[in-house]
Amino acid sequence: MDRRDFLKTSSAAAATAGLGIAAPAVLSPAKADARQETLLIVSESGPNNIDIQGVGTNVPGYEASWNSYDRLLTHAMKTEPNGTQYYDRDKIIPELAEDVAISDMSATFKLRKDATFHDGAPVTAKDVKYSLDRAVTVGGFPTFQMSAGSLTKPEQFVIVDDHTVRVDFLRKDRLTIPDLAVIVPCVINSELVKKHATDADPWGLEFTKQNEAGSGAYKITRWTPGSEVVFERNDSWKCGPLPKIKRVIWRMVPSAGNRRALLERGDADISYDLPNKDFVELKENGKLTIVSTPYSNGIQYIGMNVAIPPFDNLKVRQAVAATIPYQKIMDAVLFGLAKPLFGAAPGTPVTPTWPQPHGYVTDLAKAKQLLSEAGFPDGFETTLSFDLGFAGVNEPLCVLTQESLAQIGIKTTINKIPGANWRTELNKKTMPLFTNVFSGWLDYPEYFFYWCYHGQNSVFNTVNYKSPEMDRLIDSARAAAAIDDTAAYNKDVEGFVALAFHDIPRIPLYQPYVNVAMQKTISGYQYWFHRRLDYRAMVKG
Amino acid sequence: MSETSVDTIPRHATGLAATLQHARYVIGENPVTGLSVSLFALLLIAALFGPWLVPYDPLASDTNLALHTPTPQHWFGTDQLGRDIFSRVVVATRLDMGIAIASVAAVFIIGGFAGLIAGYFGGWTDRIISRLADTIMAFPLFVLAMGIVAALGNTVTNIVIATAIINFPLYARVARTETNVRRDAGFVQAARLTGNSEMRILLTQIAPNLLPIMIVQMSLTMGYAILNAAGLSFIGLGVRPPTPEWGIMVAEGSGFIVSGEWWIALFPGLALMLAVFCFNLLGDGLRDIFDPQRRT
Amino acid sequence: MNLILQIAKRILSAIPSLIGVVIVTFLLTRVLPGDTAAYFAGPAATPTAIEEVRKKLGLDKPLGAQFVAYVEALAHGDLGNSLTTGQPVTQDLAARLPASAELTLIGLIASMLISIPLGILAAVKQGSLIDHACRLIATAGVSLPVFFTGLLLVYVFYYLLGWAPAPLGRLDVFYSPPPTVTGFYLIDSLLAGDLETFRATAAQLALPAITLGLFALAPIARITRASMLSVLAADFIRTARASGLSARTVIITYAFRNAMLPVVTTLGMVFSFLLGANVLVEKVFAWPGAGSYAVEALIASDYAPVQGFVLAMAVLYILLNLLIDVAYGFIDPRVRLEG
Repeated sequence: MDRRDFLKTSSAAAATAGLGIAAPAVLSPAKADARQETLLIVSESGPNNIDIQGVGTNVPGYEASWNSYDRLLTHAMKTEPNGTQYYDRDKIIPELAEDVAISDMSATFKLRKDATFHDGAPVTAKDVKYSLDRAVTVGGFPTFQMSAGSLTKPEQFVIVDDHTVRVDFLRKDRLTIPDLAVIVPCVINSELVKKHATDADPWGLEFTKQNEAGSGAYKITRWTPGSEVVFERNDSWKCGPLPKIKRVIWRMVPSAGNRRALLERGDADISYDLPNKDFVELKENGKLTIVSTPYSNGIQYIGMNVAIPPFDNLKVRQAVAATIPYQKIMDAVLFGLAKPLFGAAPGTPVTPTWPQPHGYVTDLAKAKQLLSEAGFPDGFETTLSFDLGFAGVNEPLCVLTQESLAQIGIKTTINKIPGANWRTELNKKTMPLFTNVFSGWLDYPEYFFYWCYHGQNSVFNTVNYKSPEMDRLIDSARAAAAIDDTAAYNKDVEGFVALAFHDIPRIPLYQPYVNVAMQKTISGYQYWFHRRLDYRAMVKG
Repeated sequence: MSETSVDTIPRHATGLAATLQHARYVIGENPVTGLSVSLFALLLIAALFGPWLVPYDPLASDTNLALHTPTPQHWFGTDQLGRDIFSRVVVATRLDMGIAIASVAAVFIIGGFAGLIAGYFGGWTDRIISRLADTIMAFPLFVLAMGIVAALGNTVTNIVIATAIINFPLYARVARTETNVRRDAGFVQAARLTGNSEMRILLTQIAPNLLPIMIVQMSLTMGYAILNAAGLSFIGLGVRPPTPEWGIMVAEGSGFIVSGEWWIALFPGLALMLAVFCFNLLGDGLRDIFDPQRRT
Repeated sequence: MNLILQIAKRILSAIPSLIGVVIVTFLLTRVLPGDTAAYFAGPAATPTAIEEVRKKLGLDKPLGAQFVAYVEALAHGDLGNSLTTGQPVTQDLAARLPASAELTLIGLIASMLISIPLGILAAVKQGSLIDHACRLIATAGVSLPVFFTGLLLVYVFYYLLGWAPAPLGRLDVFYSPPPTVTGFYLIDSLLAGDLETFRATAAQLALPAITLGLFALAPIARITRASMLSVLAADFIRTARASGLSARTVIITYAFRNAMLPVVTTLGMVFSFLLGANVLVEKVFAWPGAGSYAVEALIASDYAPVQGFVLAMAVLYILLNLLIDVAYGFIDPRVRLEG
């Protein structure tokens, strides 16, 4: 049914139904034109802050920042075997810079001379320095992300001339350059922000929270928190080909059923957060284009806190790993839309990659035996926690796991934790058994392991795992990567992956997919490490 | 015990037999009340014997049978994990009814007593209790209940407490008004003259007379209590998975409506609706029986 | 003269409730789980960083001091900032309350259109089939879980039949809201002379308003019936009937007019009840109202919006009751305003 038929039936219907309320309005020609040039996105939630460097900016806020600000560097695209455009981890290209010269201990960026901010001010070296200084100083997530690439001090950023900036390296770190292409080091209109800075708020965070101060391909023209964000194309954008879409309207629709209905009826153009089952069915009925891409460097896992008995016992952990109903979870919870990370054939050597499948399979007899050997022939009781914010997957996953664990005598109580408390609970590291997703923007195995397995016990090492051998392997891999010693690097990576699988404090279940459903008329979707939409390459019609 | 001096008092004294006769008359005259009584019996059976009556284990998953339409084997179909929805709906009756009954019983005792002393003693006691009731009434009740459960912790007990608290003003007010009317009635004064303590008069002379109206009130708020509990678990508060509960089952099923698996949300939704419907009709019916003049 | 004194007394009597509401809201939101400081400190914060943030936010002070600070801010009209939307709560509420109020009002009106005639009919034909039907319909309406009815209506009327527009909030995406005068899109679009937007708004309103209206059927129908019954039994109706006036005239002109007063009072109560109860309806229909705002904030342990919403609702409720009482006093001097 096209829009016109829909309108016809709807007016007739309203009359017959006697709703006493007018039928939906007929679109005027001007509005129909506007629709052709507008991309309508629906998602569950929207940004709480449009500045990635702000305090407590949520994930939807990343998308707002990505599309309205530029960075010095970005990634080139490559085409996956299935035709999806996928960011090229190893090919970093200039964005606001037009030329980059990387030497042993520094990188020099020549800026485009024609780039301007949305208020017309030219983008200069002082803006770049201001933005990078800000990112390493404001604290919280942005500063943490910068430090992942050994970018920690304002002194590292040097203005050479009006259009040249030098970044000095603290140490050799192969993540420094990729870290300049993530969302955080975006270039901000320093004059504009300084005008709104106060003594209490020297970096103008209050201003940029509400007001965009970028030079990106899209300007944010309206933002109604919790209900919509409207982007207009920046026609004087110079960092790439002018985007095709003139206007982007991003609406928040909390009910997943409504989001699906909107897509199916052609009222919305694109959505990326639907339940897996909907994606599978939409794919089958063929009315929409569905693109599924595994999370780069991300896994859903069951974590066991090794500081809390009985999970300090290796055999108990291995018993749990042999109890998880992996395939049932794949089928009934994910409807097949995920990349399994279990059941590698026995004796398969690990590869220097991450994530990769481990060798555990559901084998209750073996699990029972392991549990007896561990000294728990009758099992034990514990709680299994999950983040209510992702209840759609987590709840059935935990129910199936609970049922399976009960069969080897482990009685679990399921504990739902509201989304906002989840991180607090994780940080406390007191949950004995839980499920969670971890994924890193920077797609390197040692990056994942450094945060999740290293004995420095970062907040992401939510299972309290500590092993001197693990630490040695991770540190050694980082050192080998910095000097491009591939052989040593691969050996170390294989070493720590094998150790993580043997000690199994964290049982990888699968690599989740980013699923995007869009109308057939929409093309140009790109998969980015941050997994949010990039409007610049999208085309409608 | 003579109450004839106060004519607004329900015919408590005229004896059980008369009440029963009147009940029979009301049910006979009003088939709707009859219907609600049989529905209530059905709910009671499901709540008491549900776990023994159902064909399947309500918690057992069978992923090969997931999301199956209703069939002769699975009357209400199966859910995402292949659990039998009929069994889950029936077994959930006990929990939903339990929450409602527990909260209504709690508020009956606490709210009723508060209203009783407020109406009887008046003065500061009355003022404090009435203000408390006013304060609670001033809140958007569902949000208050959500807040209480969120603050006290995510358990069934706290749903009961929250539901009791938001119903407190209703009970306190009814009890207060009814007590107020009787405070200086002939039989109360007579009891006073014979030297009974105030508390004794309150509990033995006045409280029994409030029972009929309070029972009507309880029946009416039962429905609201069930809706409230289901609403709370609909938004993810309270009941823990995999425990079957109507509200959470509707919530789980709501995501499947648009994709065509209507049975997951529909049956628990219908059960919920029928239960509330039954209690509301029952409340009306009881009012007819105990207190014909008040019928609205 | 006496009336003014009574009104003043009535206003004074509302103050203790208001104080109670402020205290309860404050306490409730302080015991909510979730650590604001940890949230603000970001995902990779160290315990010392979290402590610093806590200090900065004043959350390390004793509860009493926090309460004083809260009341002080409140006196300046400052309800704090929402973490989820990042905006001042006052601003969020100001933007969202009209949306809730418009929905609730339309729901109430839709409900009245059905329930008042139903109530009258039931009273006139007391004990008849219509009377029983009225009772059944009203009871069925109040027995429906709104979250379930809402979903069902969307499925049937939008997804299956295509009669209703997409459940996307107050206005279809390709319309811009009318210039704000009252905040009610229906009125504002008429004031701007934009009929297209008016119709679009009305269409968006239909399903959520019906969902909400179903819930209000019972109380209104019941009070109408009861009030009509008592009026119909009054002497002046008998006199009117005896003097040969048509049944229609008697019922509409004489009886209904006199039965209106308690109905109006109930409407006020029902309105404030619906305003609080529509949180779930707003959630289902993506309605950008105050209710969905509060629910989402509560789930996210974001307490400033919850506090703000509850407070706003409570104040509204108290004011509404005050207004009804006062109006009642004007209309019917026999009514004594009670403290």
